[in-house]
Amino acid sequence: MAGNLKQLSHKPERLVSGHRMCAGCAAPVLVKQILYAVDVPVVIANATCCLEVTTSVYPYSNWKCSWIHSAFENTSATIGGVEAAYRAMKKRGEIEEDVRFMAIGGDGGTFDIGLQSLSGALERGHRFVYVCYDNEAYMNTGIQRSSATPLGAWTTTSPVGTAIAGKTRPRKDLTKIVAAHHIPYVAQASPSNWKDLTTKAEKAFNVDGPAFLNVISPCVPGWKYEPELTIKLAKMAVDTCYWPLYEIENGQYKVNYKPKEKKPLVEWLKPQGRFKHLLAPENKHLLDELQSQVDREWEELLKNAGES
Amino acid sequence: MGKLIAATGNQAVAQAMRQIDPHVVAAYPITPQTDVVEEFAAFVADGVVATEFVPVESEHSSMSTVIGASAAGVRAMTATSSQGLALMWEMLYIAAGLRLPIVMPVANRALSAPINIHGDQSDTMGARDSGWIQLYCKNQQEAYDTLIQAIRIAEHDSVRLPVMVCYDGFIVSHSLAGMELLEDDQVKAFIGKHKALHPLLDTKNPVTYGPLALFDYYFEFRRQLVEGMARAANVIEEVAEEYARLSGRYYGRYEKYNMDDAEIGVLVLGSAASTAEVVVDELRAQGVKAGLLRLRSFRPFPKAELARELSHLKALCVLDRADSPGALGGPVGVEVRSALLESAKRPAVINGIFGLGGRDTTVDLITTVYHRLMKIVDTGTVDEPLFYLGVRGGNNNGRELEAAIPQARATR
Repeated sequence: MAGNLKQLSHKPERLVSGHRMCAGCAAPVLVKQILYAVDVPVVIANATCCLEVTTSVYPYSNWKCSWIHSAFENTSATIGGVEAAYRAMKKRGEIEEDVRFMAIGGDGGTFDIGLQSLSGALERGHRFVYVCYDNEAYMNTGIQRSSATPLGAWTTTSPVGTAIAGKTRPRKDLTKIVAAHHIPYVAQASPSNWKDLTTKAEKAFNVDGPAFLNVISPCVPGWKYEPELTIKLAKMAVDTCYWPLYEIENGQYKVNYKPKEKKPLVEWLKPQGRFKHLLAPENKHLLDELQSQVDREWEELLKNAGES
Repeated sequence: MGKLIAATGNQAVAQAMRQIDPHVVAAYPITPQTDVVEEFAAFVADGVVATEFVPVESEHSSMSTVIGASAAGVRAMTATSSQGLALMWEMLYIAAGLRLPIVMPVANRALSAPINIHGDQSDTMGARDSGWIQLYCKNQQEAYDTLIQAIRIAEHDSVRLPVMVCYDGFIVSHSLAGMELLEDDQVKAFIGKHKALHPLLDTKNPVTYGPLALFDYYFEFRRQLVEGMARAANVIEEVAEEYARLSGRYYGRYEKYNMDDAEIGVLVLGSAASTAEVVVDELRAQGVKAGLLRLRSFRPFPKAELARELSHLKALCVLDRADSPGALGGPVGVEVRSALLESAKRPAVINGIFGLGGRDTTVDLITTVYHRLMKIVDTGTVDEPLFYLGVRGGNNNGRELEAAIPQARATR
C-alpha cells in the first residue's frame, strides 16, 4: 500500500515549501501525507482557511498541481463542478488522462459553514476525496469556537470567564454524519500515524465515488503548546481514544488502531493552554464529563466495529 | 429560416440551452425559473444533450459548481431568479473576479419580504455591481436570441466575463409567444467550440485559481475586470450584428422607438417596453411627439450613447422596476441622470418606480407617465422628480392605480 518513508520521499511534491503556515502546523504535513498516496494528477479545491491563505499569496503559489479557491462554504460544490467538467469531457472524448479530485477545508469550512455543500456533493456521488483538517476551531480568523471545538476548550468566542469556563457544548461527530450518507469510504486519521493516513488516502482516491477523511490537525497558536509537540499531541489524541483511527468501508466499521493502554485524557489536555482551566479543582466536573464522553464514544465505536 | 414555434420565455431559454449543449449545467429550481431546469433535465434524460447535469442542493452551490466547471475549462451554465440569485450573491462576484465566462438566464422576480413570486427587477439590479454583464430582454424571442449571443460575448478574448440574461418573471417566463428557433447546427456554428483559458484540467500546466491578493495586487485585478467590461460594449454590438446576419433579428445595447424626433420619452428595461410601444403609438396618433428608449445592456452601461440619444428631449421619464430605498431614485434613474450630466443640453428628468412584485403595468398606467411628461413640457416645472407608479399610499395615493386596477378604488 503506502510503501515506506524512503519511497514516499521520492514522490513528487505537490505542496512545496515557502508557504506561510505557522511553525509546527500539522496541516501541510497531513496534506503531503495524503498527496503521497496518489500518482495521477490531482485537482484541489481549497476552502477559505489557513492552508488556503498561506499557500496562494499572489503572485506566488505553493501548489504544483491545479488548485482553486472560490469561497469558504462551497468547496464541495466547487470541486463537484470540476469533476463534472471532467466527466463531461470524458464523455465527449476530449480528455484521456486519469485525474483525481480533492477538496480540503478546516473544521469551520467542513463541520459548520460548508456542511450543506459537503452533504449535497456526497449525496450526488461526485468522485472526490474531501479532507477535513480538524484543528477544532476557526483558526484563520484567530481561534473562535466551531462545532468541532471540544467541551470546555477555551477559544476567543468561548472564553474562560468568571461565570462560564470555555465551550459549554460537546463537539459534533462529523465522521458519523458523513457516514450517514452511505458513501463508499469514510475514515478518521492522524498525521502522527502517517502510514495509516497515507493508506487511507490511497483507498479514498481509489473508490469510485465520494470519500471523506477527517484528520486531526494540532494548531500551535490555537491549542497553545510548543511547536515541537505537534505530532506528539496528534499521537496522544489517538492514544487517549479522543481521536480514534477508524474507517467505514462500504458501511463496515473497522478500528485501525487500538492502543495497548488507553491513556487518560488529561495527559493530552495538559500540554495545551486551551484546556489549562480544566485542571483547576472547580472545573473537575468538566474534565470528568469530557473523559466520559470520550469513553462513551470509544465504546460505541468498538460496538459498531463488532469488537465489544 | 428557422423553425417557428410557440414557447414561453422559459421554454425558449431551455431550447437555447439545448442547442448550446453546455458541458455542465448545475441548477436549483426556483419560481419563476423552474421550468428551465425541468425542461433541461428532460433533455438530459432523453439524451438530447451531452451535458453533465448537476442537480445541486442550493443556488449557492449551483453557482459554485459552474465556477468549478468553468475554471476546469468547459462551458457551464445555470439559471435562477430572485432569492436564488440573492443566495448566489457572494459567488457572483467570484465568478466575475475569476473572469469565468459563465452564462446565466435570470427570470426576474421580486425579493422578499413579503415573499412574492412575480416579476420585478430587484434581484438582478441588486447584483449590478458584481462584475457581470447584464442584458435585459423584452420578450421570449429576445431571451432566446440573447442567450445564444451571451455565449459569444462572455467567451470573447477581450471580455472573459460572466453574463446574466434577464427576462421578466411570468410576463415573459410563463406567457406563450410565437417565436423562431435557429437550426441546431446554426447555433452550434455561431457559438463555436469553447476555448478554455488556463483550465484546471490542463494538468501539464497546473494553475492556481483564486489566490490571496492583498493591497499590492487586488486593485489591479479589479481594474482589469473593469477594462474587460468596457470592452464588452463593442463586443455586444459586433455579436448583435453577426447574429442579425444569421437570424434577421438585431438587438444592440439599446433599442429606440420613435425617439429621433420625440419631445418626450420614456426609458425602460424589459417587457414593459412592449406596453410602452403601444402607448407611444396611441400618442403619436394624437399628434404627441412621444418616444421610447429600451435599455438592453445595463452592464456595461452605454453612458455616452444614452446622453446623445436623450439630450434632444424636453422631458424624460426613467422607469425602474426596482427601488433603492433612501437613494435619489431607482438604479436606472440615478444612472441615466448621471449620464445626462455630461451633456450640455438635457431634458427635465423624472424617475418612476413601477411594477414591483409583478404589479400589472398597463397601457393606461404608462399613459399617465407620458401625461406627466406633457405637463412638465407645458408648465416648465417638475413637481415630482421621483414617483411611484400605481401604488397605494404616497403622494398619489393610488390615483393612477385606479386606471390600472379597477378594484383598487374599493380597497384604497
